[in-house]
Amino acid sequence: MSETANSEHHDDHVDEGKRDFILIATGTVAAAGAATFAWPLVAQMGKAADTMAAGSIEINLSGIAEGQQLKMLWRGKPVFVRHRTPAEIAEAENTDISKCPDPETDAERLVPTPDGKVNPKYLVMVGVCTHFGCVPVGESGDFGGWYCPCHGSHYDTAGRIRKGPAPKNLEIPPYEYLSDTVIKVG
Amino acid sequence: MSGHPSTYEPKYAATRWLDQRLPIIRMGADFMTYPSPRNLNYWWTFGGILTLCLVSQIITGIILAMHYVPHVDMAFDSVQRIRRDVPFGWLLQPMHAVGASMFFLAVYIHMFRGLYYGSYKAPREMIWILGCVIYLIMMATAFLGYTLPWGQMSFWGATVITGFFGAVPVVGESLQQWLLGGFSVSNATLNRFFSLHYLLPFVIAGIVGLHVWAMHHAGQNNPIGVEPKSKKDTLSFHPYYTVKDGFAVVLFLLVFAFFVFYQPDALGHADNYIEANPMETPAHIVPEWYFLPFYAILRAVPDKLMGILLMIGAIAVLFVLPWLDTSKVKSMRFRPLARRFFYIFLVACFILGWCGAETPSDMVFTVGQKLGVSDLGGYLASIGAEFPSGENVKFIEDQTRAFTADALAACQSELAAGHALPEYCSQTPQGLNFVWLSRIATFLYFGFFFILPILGLVEKPKERPESITKAVLGEA
Repeated sequence: MSETANSEHHDDHVDEGKRDFILIATGTVAAAGAATFAWPLVAQMGKAADTMAAGSIEINLSGIAEGQQLKMLWRGKPVFVRHRTPAEIAEAENTDISKCPDPETDAERLVPTPDGKVNPKYLVMVGVCTHFGCVPVGESGDFGGWYCPCHGSHYDTAGRIRKGPAPKNLEIPPYEYLSDTVIKVG
Repeated sequence: MSGHPSTYEPKYAATRWLDQRLPIIRMGADFMTYPSPRNLNYWWTFGGILTLCLVSQIITGIILAMHYVPHVDMAFDSVQRIRRDVPFGWLLQPMHAVGASMFFLAVYIHMFRGLYYGSYKAPREMIWILGCVIYLIMMATAFLGYTLPWGQMSFWGATVITGFFGAVPVVGESLQQWLLGGFSVSNATLNRFFSLHYLLPFVIAGIVGLHVWAMHHAGQNNPIGVEPKSKKDTLSFHPYYTVKDGFAVVLFLLVFAFFVFYQPDALGHADNYIEANPMETPAHIVPEWYFLPFYAILRAVPDKLMGILLMIGAIAVLFVLPWLDTSKVKSMRFRPLARRFFYIFLVACFILGWCGAETPSDMVFTVGQKLGVSDLGGYLASIGAEFPSGENVKFIEDQTRAFTADALAACQSELAAGHALPEYCSQTPQGLNFVWLSRIATFLYFGFFFILPILGLVEKPKERPESITKAVLGEA
């Protein structure tokens, strides 16, 4: 009996601050533990190692004839490598870009070869329309470049958007010249 | 689950024993005797129809998963194999594919019913919100499921829809690639879509449980929106509404069966019979019919991100609908003004669906003369000209649209003279195109939700019957 009375007596002097501390400390550790465990559950959906490893391809340019376009699958998307004709290069270089929705000069859209100069012959782009991701058709459209059949975006011979709903020029993938005729995309 | 007093009395020792330990039979019995308003019309049968749809989708889906292979190299063939070689696969696969369309048909009718009769108003806000959640998960499930047959439309639909996430500022690309599990729609994407497509229907079933629970707690709405006041105003769910629902289910199954047996592909898209090819896009990407209105809203806006936000807004606005409608009167039967706006809203939804199916730049109607393809061919032959090539191909594309009569004559004389076509020959035709029609309809869609708060304050509702019984039996 006296023991019971004693414990009841103790209850009258609850240290609220101590209890709050224990509650917050326990809750924090539990939350941190939950977050730590949740992270793998979320991160597993990201790109797997093999997907990342397959993220780059090498392309030999010497096999592409003038006026020909190579379509390669890179990261599940088509990459266009076009060997442009002199007329196409001239048109791409002599366009007044101030009127383009996404102004870029032709040279800005090319990557220098090992000797530091750009080679305007080869245009390398991701062949995915910047509107809704369709694959544009080559050598067509109002500007002789690419035309997207989905919603009617016209790209010029430098892959710049000139007309239609697409907001941006065709994307230039990260690539570099390994030699004068071989590029590595990705 | 039901709030009404239980009338169940266990008859046997075994059921008495069970009733004291787990009153599950009581729960079922209370469900079946739930007092429902006596004036429910056939628009109220879609809850039962939707339950059937969900059960049908889950059963056929579990069976399809036994034969389906979620791998990019085998998915397409495995679906074709189900349709051709698996016993009764010809029946079960179309039941599942057509079933998705039927599910949406029923859910849209169910939602419009809720809108018309004010079923979202106090004290039923939670029923409505849970319904909106179910609808959202249904859309996700349908989208994921449409990817699985791995046809061209599956692939490019998945590309376009996951592309929406890419439009999110700053983290868009990372978010999109996290969802896809790669740089583009790939095997990883197909696998996770299959996993989630299998999971979500059970989530829906769980929320349907909450939806029905909330409905039994708050009570069903009814066509006059006057709450039941006495026992005379209600009828037992069984047999009155089980029979009514049953009859409606039979009629609904007639439509369902027509599609399954006679037109299993009519609601799909022919391009989905071509295996997915990441190198080639179909000329015309369209979602399934039940997404078309939202697709039209998306395309009505020239800015990509704004289009997506507006499309999300079109669904999000439904969640706050209970607080947008300021009228105390539930049923639009007694709201002549609101009813008109409801019909405009309904028509806007259909127009949006139409716009979503068409190419935005195509003309709804044109002012001026239209030149058909056969006219051009005949005309060229008559003047002995060769069929134009190069840039003139554009002319042939455009003349399926329209020209004003003057421009047409000028273009024809240019062609006749053997000249290259001047620019004005490919000018934008005069008239209304689908972009503008979808903009008008989008305006009307959102306009409904803007006018609702005002309507409740200005409109004078008609007099409502005192009780459900009086409305049904007259003053007698």
